[in-house]
Amino acid sequence: MYVSAKGGEKAISKAHEFLAEVRRGDLSIPELTVEQIRQQLSLAVDRVMAEGSLYDPELAALAIKQSSGDLIEAIFLLRAYRTTLTRFGVTLPIDTTRMTLLRRISSAYKDIPGGQILGPTYDYTHRLLDFSLLIPSEKGEDQKVLKCEFSTQGEPFARVLEFLHQEGLVESGHSGESETVQDLTLQPLQIPATRDLRLQNLARGDEGFLLSLAYSTQRGFGYNHPFIGEIRVGEVSVEFVPPELGFPIEIGKITVTECEMINQFKGSSTHPPCFTRGYGLTFGHCERKAIAISLLDRALRTREFGEAQEGPAQDEEFVLMHSDNIQASGFVEHLKLPHYVDFQAELTLLRNLRKEYRDPKGEGEQP
Amino acid sequence: MIDQTIRQSWIAVLSKVEVKDLEEVWQRLKEKPEYYYLRPPETGLIMVRARAEGTGSLFHLGEMTITRCTVQVKNGFRGTAYIMGRNQRHAELAALLDALLQDPYQHASLMDLIIRPLELTLRKRKTLMAQKVEDTRVEFFTMVRGDET
Repeated sequence: MYVSAKGGEKAISKAHEFLAEVRRGDLSIPELTVEQIRQQLSLAVDRVMAEGSLYDPELAALAIKQSSGDLIEAIFLLRAYRTTLTRFGVTLPIDTTRMTLLRRISSAYKDIPGGQILGPTYDYTHRLLDFSLLIPSEKGEDQKVLKCEFSTQGEPFARVLEFLHQEGLVESGHSGESETVQDLTLQPLQIPATRDLRLQNLARGDEGFLLSLAYSTQRGFGYNHPFIGEIRVGEVSVEFVPPELGFPIEIGKITVTECEMINQFKGSSTHPPCFTRGYGLTFGHCERKAIAISLLDRALRTREFGEAQEGPAQDEEFVLMHSDNIQASGFVEHLKLPHYVDFQAELTLLRNLRKEYRDPKGEGEQP
Repeated sequence: MIDQTIRQSWIAVLSKVEVKDLEEVWQRLKEKPEYYYLRPPETGLIMVRARAEGTGSLFHLGEMTITRCTVQVKNGFRGTAYIMGRNQRHAELAALLDALLQDPYQHASLMDLIIRPLELTLRKRKTLMAQKVEDTRVEFFTMVRGDET
Protein backbone atom coordinates (compact mmCIF):
# COMPACT_ATOMS: atom_id res chain seq x y z
CA MET A 1 0.00 0.00 0.00
CA TYR A 2 1.31 3.44 -0.79
CA VAL A 3 0.16 6.63 0.86
CA SER A 4 1.42 9.89 -0.57
CA ALA A 5 1.31 13.11 1.35
CA LYS A 6 0.77 16.41 -0.47
CA GLY A 7 0.47 19.99 0.48
CA GLY A 8 2.67 22.86 1.44
CA GLU A 9 2.32 24.77 -1.85
CA LYS A 10 0.91 27.78 -0.07
CA ALA A 11 3.54 27.56 2.65
CA ILE A 12 6.32 27.35 0.08
CA SER A 13 5.00 30.36 -1.75
CA LYS A 14 4.93 32.32 1.49
CA ALA A 15 8.40 31.04 2.35
CA HIS A 16 9.75 32.51 -0.90
CA GLU A 17 8.12 35.85 -0.13
CA PHE A 18 9.62 35.78 3.34
CA LEU A 19 13.01 34.86 1.86
CA ALA A 20 12.90 37.84 -0.49
CA GLU A 21 12.11 40.14 2.45
CA VAL A 22 14.90 38.74 4.60
CA ARG A 23 17.29 38.96 1.67
CA ARG A 24 16.42 42.61 1.16
CA GLY A 25 16.66 43.49 4.83
CA ASP A 26 15.98 46.95 6.16
CA LEU A 27 14.23 48.96 3.43
CA SER A 28 15.72 52.21 4.65
CA ILE A 29 19.15 50.90 3.62
CA PRO A 30 20.01 51.14 -0.11
CA GLU A 31 19.70 47.88 -2.04
CA LEU A 32 22.92 46.11 -2.91
CA THR A 33 23.64 46.13 -6.64
CA VAL A 34 25.14 43.26 -8.58
CA GLU A 35 27.85 45.60 -9.86
CA GLN A 36 28.76 46.58 -6.28
CA ILE A 37 29.22 42.91 -5.43
CA ARG A 38 31.25 42.34 -8.54
CA GLN A 39 33.57 45.25 -7.81
CA GLN A 40 33.75 45.24 -4.03
CA LEU A 41 33.37 41.56 -3.14
CA SER A 42 35.55 40.40 -6.01
CA LEU A 43 37.19 37.59 -4.06
CA ALA A 44 33.78 36.10 -3.29
CA VAL A 45 32.97 36.39 -6.99
CA ASP A 46 36.25 34.61 -7.79
CA ARG A 47 35.47 31.76 -5.43
CA VAL A 48 31.98 31.29 -6.87
CA MET A 49 33.38 31.24 -10.42
CA ALA A 50 36.11 28.76 -9.48
CA GLU A 51 33.83 26.31 -7.68
CA GLY A 52 30.89 26.91 -9.98
CA SER A 53 33.39 26.11 -12.71
CA LEU A 54 31.98 28.95 -14.81
CA TYR A 55 33.89 32.15 -15.55
CA ASP A 56 31.33 34.94 -15.68
CA PRO A 57 31.82 37.59 -12.99
CA GLU A 58 28.44 39.21 -13.46
CA LEU A 59 26.57 35.92 -13.11
CA ALA A 60 28.60 35.01 -10.05
CA ALA A 61 27.83 38.40 -8.47
CA LEU A 62 24.14 37.95 -9.22
CA ALA A 63 24.21 34.50 -7.64
CA ILE A 64 25.85 35.95 -4.51
CA LYS A 65 23.14 38.60 -4.25
CA GLN A 66 20.39 36.04 -4.76
CA SER A 67 21.82 33.69 -2.15
CA SER A 68 22.31 36.42 0.45
CA GLY A 69 26.02 35.66 0.52
CA ASP A 70 25.75 31.89 1.07
CA LEU A 71 28.56 31.06 -1.35
CA ILE A 72 27.76 27.36 -1.74
CA GLU A 73 24.18 28.30 -2.58
CA ALA A 74 25.58 30.78 -5.12
CA ILE A 75 27.84 28.10 -6.60
CA PHE A 76 24.77 25.87 -6.92
CA LEU A 77 22.96 28.62 -8.85
CA LEU A 78 25.87 28.97 -11.23
CA ARG A 79 26.16 25.23 -11.79
CA ALA A 80 22.44 25.00 -12.50
CA TYR A 81 22.54 27.93 -14.94
CA ARG A 82 25.48 26.43 -16.76
CA THR A 83 23.42 23.36 -17.67
CA THR A 84 21.11 25.57 -19.75
CA LEU A 85 23.88 26.69 -22.11
CA THR A 86 25.23 24.99 -25.20
CA ARG A 87 28.92 24.31 -25.41
CA PHE A 88 30.51 25.77 -28.51
CA GLY A 89 33.89 24.11 -28.07
CA VAL A 90 37.17 24.22 -26.20
CA THR A 91 39.82 26.91 -26.04
CA LEU A 92 43.46 26.65 -26.95
CA PRO A 93 45.43 26.03 -23.75
CA ILE A 94 45.97 29.27 -21.84
CA ASP A 95 49.59 30.35 -21.60
CA THR A 96 50.41 31.35 -18.04
CA THR A 97 54.02 32.07 -19.05
CA ARG A 98 52.66 35.08 -20.95
CA MET A 99 50.43 36.16 -18.09
CA THR A 100 49.89 39.89 -17.55
CA LEU A 101 50.94 39.88 -13.95
CA LEU A 102 49.13 41.39 -11.04
CA ARG A 103 51.22 39.54 -8.49
CA ARG A 104 54.21 37.20 -8.69
CA ILE A 105 56.27 35.82 -5.82
CA SER A 106 58.62 32.97 -5.04
CA SER A 107 59.46 31.55 -1.62
CA ALA A 108 62.25 29.31 -2.91
CA TYR A 109 64.37 32.11 -4.37
CA LYS A 110 64.84 35.70 -3.25
CA ASP A 111 66.02 36.98 -6.60
CA ILE A 112 63.98 35.87 -9.56
CA PRO A 113 63.91 37.25 -13.10
CA GLY A 114 61.40 40.07 -13.09
CA GLY A 115 61.55 40.37 -9.34
CA GLN A 116 59.09 39.74 -6.53
CA ILE A 117 55.93 41.72 -7.17
CA LEU A 118 53.50 41.80 -4.29
CA GLY A 119 50.41 43.12 -6.04
CA PRO A 120 47.26 43.77 -4.00
CA THR A 121 47.74 41.31 -1.16
CA TYR A 122 46.44 40.81 2.39
CA ASP A 123 49.64 38.98 3.37
CA TYR A 124 51.25 41.83 5.30
CA THR A 125 48.17 43.51 6.76
CA HIS A 126 48.61 42.20 10.34
CA ARG A 127 44.90 41.28 10.25
CA LEU A 128 43.78 44.27 12.29
CA LEU A 129 40.15 45.17 11.73
CA ASP A 130 40.01 48.48 9.93
CA PHE A 131 37.20 50.45 11.52
CA SER A 132 37.63 53.28 9.07
CA LEU A 133 35.88 51.04 6.56
CA LEU A 134 32.67 51.44 8.59
CA ILE A 135 32.26 54.86 7.04
CA PRO A 136 32.09 55.02 3.23
CA SER A 137 34.87 57.23 1.93
CA GLU A 138 34.32 60.39 -0.07
CA LYS A 139 34.24 59.77 -3.80
CA GLY A 140 37.90 59.61 -4.82
CA GLU A 141 39.43 60.81 -8.05
CA ASP A 142 37.73 59.35 -11.04
CA GLN A 143 40.13 56.50 -11.67
CA LYS A 144 38.28 54.70 -14.44
CA VAL A 145 40.46 51.74 -13.63
CA LEU A 146 38.90 48.48 -14.57
CA LYS A 147 39.93 45.68 -12.33
CA CYS A 148 41.26 43.41 -14.99
CA GLU A 149 43.18 45.55 -17.42
CA PHE A 150 46.83 45.74 -16.59
CA SER A 151 50.27 44.82 -17.77
CA THR A 152 53.84 44.91 -16.69
CA GLN A 153 56.52 46.22 -18.99
CA GLY A 154 58.65 44.08 -21.23
CA GLU A 155 58.94 40.41 -21.90
CA PRO A 156 57.07 37.67 -20.06
CA PHE A 157 58.94 36.62 -16.93
CA ALA A 158 60.73 33.31 -17.10
CA ARG A 159 59.39 30.61 -14.84
CA VAL A 160 61.36 29.89 -11.67
CA LEU A 161 60.93 26.14 -12.13
CA GLU A 162 62.44 26.43 -15.61
CA PHE A 163 65.85 27.29 -14.15
CA LEU A 164 65.77 24.27 -11.89
CA HIS A 165 64.68 22.17 -14.84
CA GLN A 166 67.54 23.39 -17.01
CA GLU A 167 69.95 22.19 -14.35
CA GLY A 168 68.17 18.86 -14.29
CA LEU A 169 67.22 19.35 -10.65
CA VAL A 170 63.47 19.00 -11.04
CA GLU A 171 61.38 16.45 -12.89
CA SER A 172 60.09 17.77 -16.17
CA GLY A 173 56.46 18.64 -16.58
CA HIS A 174 55.28 15.98 -18.96
CA SER A 175 54.67 17.77 -22.20
CA GLY A 176 52.37 16.20 -24.69
CA GLU A 177 51.53 17.27 -28.19
CA SER A 178 48.25 15.63 -29.07
CA GLU A 179 47.45 13.70 -25.97
CA THR A 180 43.86 12.91 -25.10
CA VAL A 181 42.42 14.95 -22.28
CA GLN A 182 39.35 13.89 -20.36
CA ASP A 183 36.49 16.04 -19.14
CA LEU A 184 34.64 15.54 -15.86
CA THR A 185 31.62 17.40 -17.21
CA LEU A 186 31.18 14.81 -19.94
CA GLN A 187 31.76 11.56 -18.12
CA PRO A 188 31.61 10.51 -14.48
CA LEU A 189 34.82 10.26 -12.50
CA GLN A 190 36.38 6.85 -12.24
CA ILE A 191 39.07 5.80 -9.82
CA PRO A 192 42.00 5.45 -10.45
CA ALA A 193 41.97 8.86 -12.11
CA THR A 194 44.50 10.43 -14.43
CA ARG A 195 46.22 13.70 -13.56
CA ASP A 196 44.12 15.78 -15.97
CA LEU A 197 40.94 14.68 -14.19
CA ARG A 198 42.50 15.30 -10.79
CA LEU A 199 43.48 18.87 -11.70
CA GLN A 200 40.01 19.57 -13.12
CA ASN A 201 38.33 18.06 -10.06
CA LEU A 202 40.52 20.03 -7.65
CA ALA A 203 40.07 23.29 -9.57
CA ARG A 204 36.31 23.11 -8.93
CA GLY A 205 36.63 21.59 -5.46
CA ASP A 206 35.61 23.18 -2.17
CA GLU A 207 38.28 25.52 -0.88
CA GLY A 208 37.79 24.55 2.78
CA PHE A 209 38.01 20.83 2.12
CA LEU A 210 41.13 21.18 -0.02
CA LEU A 211 42.73 23.56 2.46
CA SER A 212 42.23 21.11 5.33
CA LEU A 213 43.58 18.18 3.37
CA ALA A 214 46.61 20.19 2.29
CA TYR A 215 47.14 21.14 5.94
CA SER A 216 47.00 17.48 6.88
CA THR A 217 49.92 16.72 4.57
CA GLN A 218 51.96 19.38 6.31
CA ARG A 219 51.12 17.89 9.70
CA GLY A 220 52.62 14.63 8.58
CA PHE A 221 49.84 12.76 6.84
CA GLY A 222 51.89 12.42 3.72
CA TYR A 223 54.50 15.14 4.12
CA ASN A 224 56.60 16.03 1.07
CA HIS A 225 58.76 19.00 2.09
CA PRO A 226 57.09 21.68 0.01
CA PHE A 227 58.49 25.03 -1.14
CA ILE A 228 56.58 27.50 -3.26
CA GLY A 229 58.57 27.86 -6.47
CA GLU A 230 56.27 30.49 -7.83
CA ILE A 231 52.82 32.00 -7.44
CA ARG A 232 51.42 34.01 -10.32
CA VAL A 233 48.17 35.93 -10.32
CA GLY A 234 47.08 37.81 -13.40
CA GLU A 235 45.35 37.80 -16.72
CA VAL A 236 45.78 35.38 -19.56
CA SER A 237 44.37 35.65 -23.06
CA VAL A 238 41.76 33.14 -24.08
CA GLU A 239 41.91 31.93 -27.66
CA PHE A 240 39.42 29.87 -29.59
CA VAL A 241 39.23 28.55 -33.14
CA PRO A 242 35.71 29.08 -34.46
CA PRO A 243 34.91 26.38 -37.00
CA GLU A 244 33.61 28.97 -39.45
CA LEU A 245 36.84 30.97 -39.37
CA GLY A 246 39.38 28.18 -39.08
CA PHE A 247 41.99 30.33 -37.32
CA PRO A 248 42.47 31.22 -33.65
CA ILE A 249 40.96 34.46 -32.33
CA GLU A 250 41.25 36.07 -28.95
CA ILE A 251 37.91 36.30 -27.20
CA GLY A 252 38.97 38.07 -24.03
CA LYS A 253 41.10 37.80 -20.91
CA ILE A 254 40.50 35.92 -17.68
CA THR A 255 42.21 36.17 -14.30
CA VAL A 256 43.79 33.00 -12.97
CA THR A 257 45.98 32.03 -10.00
CA GLU A 258 48.79 29.58 -10.52
CA CYS A 259 51.00 27.89 -7.92
CA GLU A 260 54.05 25.78 -8.63
CA MET A 261 55.26 23.79 -5.66
CA ILE A 262 58.71 22.23 -5.34
CA ASN A 263 58.57 19.02 -3.36
CA GLN A 264 60.78 16.36 -1.88
CA PHE A 265 63.29 14.73 -4.15
CA LYS A 266 63.01 11.23 -5.43
CA GLY A 267 65.51 9.04 -7.19
CA SER A 268 65.43 5.53 -8.59
CA SER A 269 67.84 2.98 -9.97
CA THR A 270 67.48 4.58 -13.38
CA HIS A 271 67.14 8.27 -12.43
CA PRO A 272 69.24 10.44 -10.12
CA PRO A 273 67.33 12.16 -7.31
CA CYS A 274 65.57 15.37 -8.27
CA PHE A 275 62.85 17.61 -6.91
CA THR A 276 59.27 16.66 -7.65
CA ARG A 277 56.48 19.10 -8.43
CA GLY A 278 52.93 19.99 -7.57
CA TYR A 279 50.70 22.28 -9.60
CA GLY A 280 47.59 24.27 -8.80
CA LEU A 281 45.50 26.49 -11.06
CA THR A 282 42.20 28.24 -10.38
CA PHE A 283 39.92 30.82 -11.94
CA GLY A 284 40.14 34.22 -10.31
CA HIS A 285 42.38 35.31 -7.44
CA CYS A 286 42.28 32.26 -5.15
CA GLU A 287 45.78 31.86 -3.76
CA ARG A 288 45.00 29.78 -0.69
CA LYS A 289 43.20 27.31 -2.93
CA ALA A 290 45.86 27.21 -5.63
CA ILE A 291 48.50 26.46 -2.99
CA ALA A 292 46.28 23.74 -1.48
CA ILE A 293 45.71 22.20 -4.91
CA SER A 294 49.43 22.11 -5.63
CA LEU A 295 50.08 20.28 -2.34
CA LEU A 296 47.31 17.80 -3.07
CA ASP A 297 48.43 17.34 -6.68
CA ARG A 298 51.77 16.15 -5.35
CA ALA A 299 50.20 14.07 -2.57
CA LEU A 300 47.99 12.28 -5.08
CA ARG A 301 50.96 11.27 -7.18
CA THR A 302 52.02 8.63 -4.62
CA ARG A 303 51.45 5.84 -7.13
CA GLU A 304 53.83 7.44 -9.62
CA PHE A 305 56.59 7.67 -7.04
CA GLY A 306 55.90 4.37 -5.34
CA GLU A 307 55.28 6.09 -2.01
CA ALA A 308 53.37 4.58 0.88
CA GLN A 309 49.95 6.07 1.42
CA GLU A 310 50.11 7.60 4.89
CA GLY A 311 47.09 9.83 5.00
CA PRO A 312 43.70 10.62 3.49
CA ALA A 313 45.16 13.42 1.32
CA GLN A 314 47.01 10.72 -0.63
CA ASP A 315 43.86 8.62 -1.05
CA GLU A 316 42.59 9.52 -4.50
CA GLU A 317 39.09 8.21 -3.92
CA PHE A 318 38.75 10.02 -0.61
CA VAL A 319 39.91 13.34 -2.02
CA LEU A 320 38.29 13.36 -5.45
CA MET A 321 34.93 11.86 -4.49
CA HIS A 322 34.33 14.37 -1.69
CA SER A 323 35.80 17.57 -3.10
CA ASP A 324 32.71 18.81 -4.90
CA ASN A 325 30.63 20.87 -2.48
CA ILE A 326 27.52 20.73 -4.65
CA GLN A 327 27.57 16.95 -4.69
CA ALA A 328 28.34 16.97 -0.98
CA SER A 329 25.63 19.42 0.01
CA GLY A 330 23.20 17.59 -2.23
CA PHE A 331 23.52 14.43 -0.26
CA VAL A 332 23.95 16.04 3.14
CA GLU A 333 21.05 18.44 2.72
CA HIS A 334 18.75 15.86 1.17
CA LEU A 335 18.28 14.65 4.71
CA LYS A 336 15.88 17.57 5.06
CA LEU A 337 13.51 15.96 2.59
CA PRO A 338 10.65 13.96 4.12
CA HIS A 339 11.79 10.52 5.19
CA TYR A 340 8.52 9.80 6.99
CA VAL A 341 7.96 6.35 5.60
CA ASP A 342 11.59 5.27 6.04
CA PHE A 343 11.48 6.43 9.59
CA GLN A 344 8.21 4.64 10.34
CA ALA A 345 9.84 1.46 9.08
CA GLU A 346 12.80 2.05 11.42
CA LEU A 347 10.46 2.70 14.33
CA THR A 348 8.49 -0.47 13.71
CA LEU A 349 11.67 -2.52 13.41
CA LEU A 350 13.04 -1.07 16.63
CA ARG A 351 9.84 -1.83 18.54
CA ASN A 352 9.92 -5.41 17.34
CA LEU A 353 13.57 -5.81 18.30
CA ARG A 354 12.90 -4.44 21.76
CA LYS A 355 9.97 -6.81 22.17
CA GLU A 356 12.18 -9.76 21.26
CA TYR A 357 14.88 -8.57 23.61
CA ARG A 358 12.55 -8.50 26.61
CA ASP A 359 10.63 -11.60 25.67
CA PRO A 360 12.90 -13.85 23.63
CA LYS A 361 10.73 -16.90 24.05
CA GLY A 362 7.54 -15.08 23.29
CA GLU A 363 5.96 -15.90 26.66
CA GLY A 364 3.78 -12.86 26.56
CA GLU A 365 5.44 -10.56 29.06
CA GLN A 366 4.14 -7.04 29.10
CA PRO A 367 6.55 -4.58 27.44
CA MET B 1 42.18 40.11 -49.17
CA ILE B 2 43.17 41.40 -45.77
CA ASP B 3 46.01 39.52 -44.07
CA GLN B 4 44.80 37.02 -41.47
CA THR B 5 47.09 38.32 -38.73
CA ILE B 6 45.72 41.84 -39.21
CA ARG B 7 42.20 40.49 -38.95
CA GLN B 8 43.12 38.54 -35.83
CA SER B 9 44.48 41.67 -34.20
CA TRP B 10 41.36 43.77 -34.85
CA ILE B 11 39.16 40.91 -33.67
CA ALA B 12 41.17 40.84 -30.43
CA VAL B 13 40.68 44.59 -29.94
CA LEU B 14 36.94 44.36 -30.57
CA SER B 15 36.65 41.57 -27.99
CA LYS B 16 38.68 43.22 -25.28
CA VAL B 17 37.01 46.62 -25.18
CA GLU B 18 33.72 47.16 -23.41
CA VAL B 19 30.44 47.36 -25.24
CA LYS B 20 30.15 51.05 -24.38
CA ASP B 21 33.46 51.68 -26.18
CA LEU B 22 32.05 49.97 -29.27
CA GLU B 23 28.79 51.93 -29.12
CA GLU B 24 30.81 55.12 -28.95
CA VAL B 25 32.91 54.36 -32.05
CA TRP B 26 29.86 53.03 -33.87
CA GLN B 27 28.29 56.47 -33.56
CA ARG B 28 31.21 57.91 -35.51
CA LEU B 29 30.27 55.99 -38.64
CA LYS B 30 28.43 58.36 -40.92
CA GLU B 31 26.86 55.63 -42.99
CA LYS B 32 25.54 52.69 -41.09
CA PRO B 33 25.39 49.69 -43.39
CA GLU B 34 22.38 47.47 -43.95
CA TYR B 35 22.91 43.96 -42.71
CA TYR B 36 21.14 40.81 -41.64
CA TYR B 37 21.97 37.98 -39.26
CA LEU B 38 23.42 34.74 -40.57
CA ARG B 39 23.50 33.77 -36.95
CA PRO B 40 21.82 36.05 -34.42
CA PRO B 41 23.67 36.68 -31.15
CA GLU B 42 23.75 33.50 -29.13
CA THR B 43 25.29 32.83 -25.71
CA GLY B 44 26.94 29.53 -24.94
CA LEU B 45 29.92 28.00 -23.17
CA ILE B 46 33.47 27.16 -23.98
CA MET B 47 35.69 24.94 -21.89
CA VAL B 48 39.01 26.52 -20.94
CA ARG B 49 42.02 24.29 -21.31
CA ALA B 50 45.30 24.71 -19.47
CA ARG B 51 48.61 22.89 -19.13
CA ALA B 52 49.91 21.30 -15.94
CA GLU B 53 53.04 23.16 -14.80
CA GLY B 54 52.03 25.76 -17.37
CA THR B 55 53.81 23.91 -20.16
CA GLY B 56 52.94 20.27 -19.67
CA SER B 57 49.99 18.01 -20.28
CA LEU B 58 46.53 19.36 -20.95
CA PHE B 59 43.63 19.51 -18.53
CA HIS B 60 40.27 21.25 -18.38
CA LEU B 61 40.16 24.22 -15.98
CA GLY B 62 36.51 25.16 -16.26
CA GLU B 63 33.98 26.76 -18.57
CA MET B 64 33.28 30.36 -19.45
CA THR B 65 30.35 32.11 -21.06
CA ILE B 66 30.82 33.30 -24.63
CA THR B 67 28.50 35.02 -27.11
CA ARG B 68 28.76 34.66 -30.87
CA CYS B 69 27.20 36.37 -33.83
CA THR B 70 27.61 36.29 -37.60
CA VAL B 71 26.28 39.04 -39.83
CA GLN B 72 26.13 39.57 -43.57
CA VAL B 73 26.50 43.15 -44.70
CA LYS B 74 24.40 43.86 -47.81
CA ASN B 75 26.74 44.06 -50.81
CA GLY B 76 29.55 43.50 -48.39
CA PHE B 77 31.38 40.98 -46.27
CA ARG B 78 30.48 38.47 -43.64
CA GLY B 79 31.55 39.33 -40.12
CA THR B 80 31.95 36.96 -37.20
CA ALA B 81 32.41 37.68 -33.52
CA TYR B 82 32.98 35.50 -30.49
CA ILE B 83 33.29 37.49 -27.29
CA MET B 84 33.55 36.41 -23.69
CA GLY B 85 30.49 37.01 -21.57
CA ARG B 86 26.82 37.28 -22.40
CA ASN B 87 26.48 40.69 -24.01
CA GLN B 88 24.62 40.19 -27.29
CA ARG B 89 24.99 43.80 -28.41
CA HIS B 90 28.77 43.48 -28.00
CA ALA B 91 28.81 40.40 -30.23
CA GLU B 92 26.60 42.07 -32.82
CA LEU B 93 28.70 45.26 -33.02
CA ALA B 94 31.95 43.28 -33.10
CA ALA B 95 30.62 41.11 -35.96
CA LEU B 96 29.46 44.19 -37.89
CA LEU B 97 32.78 45.94 -37.51
CA ASP B 98 34.58 42.73 -38.47
CA ALA B 99 32.56 42.69 -41.71
CA LEU B 100 33.27 46.34 -42.51
CA LEU B 101 36.99 46.08 -41.74
CA GLN B 102 37.40 43.28 -44.27
CA ASP B 103 36.37 45.59 -47.09
CA PRO B 104 39.64 46.71 -48.71
CA TYR B 105 38.11 50.05 -49.76
CA GLN B 106 37.10 50.95 -46.24
CA HIS B 107 39.76 49.09 -44.32
CA ALA B 108 42.36 51.81 -43.88
CA SER B 109 39.92 54.55 -42.91
CA LEU B 110 38.07 52.29 -40.50
CA MET B 111 41.30 51.21 -38.87
CA ASP B 112 41.96 54.89 -38.15
CA LEU B 113 38.42 55.74 -37.15
CA ILE B 114 37.58 52.68 -35.10
CA ILE B 115 40.49 50.42 -34.21
CA ARG B 116 43.25 52.90 -33.38
CA PRO B 117 41.14 54.80 -30.82
CA LEU B 118 40.05 51.52 -29.24
CA GLU B 119 43.65 50.34 -29.05
CA LEU B 120 44.54 53.61 -27.37
CA THR B 121 41.78 53.13 -24.81
CA LEU B 122 43.05 49.63 -24.02
CA ARG B 123 46.63 50.84 -23.74
CA LYS B 124 45.68 53.66 -21.37
CA ARG B 125 43.94 51.25 -19.05
CA LYS B 126 46.91 48.91 -19.13
CA THR B 127 49.42 51.63 -18.36
CA LEU B 128 47.39 52.89 -15.41
CA MET B 129 47.42 49.46 -13.83
CA ALA B 130 51.00 48.66 -14.77
CA GLN B 131 52.26 51.50 -12.64
CA LYS B 132 50.33 50.29 -9.62
CA VAL B 133 51.69 46.76 -10.05
CA GLU B 134 55.21 48.03 -10.56
CA ASP B 135 55.02 50.05 -7.34
CA THR B 136 54.65 46.79 -5.41
CA ARG B 137 57.94 45.36 -6.69
CA VAL B 138 60.17 44.49 -3.72
CA GLU B 139 63.55 46.17 -3.53
CA PHE B 140 65.66 43.97 -1.31
CA PHE B 141 68.65 45.32 0.49
CA THR B 142 70.89 43.01 2.41
CA MET B 143 72.97 44.06 5.32
CA VAL B 144 76.39 42.65 5.94
CA ARG B 145 76.79 41.93 9.61
CA GLY B 146 79.70 40.95 11.75
CA ASP B 147 83.45 41.29 11.21
CA GLU B 148 84.96 41.13 7.84
CA THR B 149 87.97 39.10 8.89
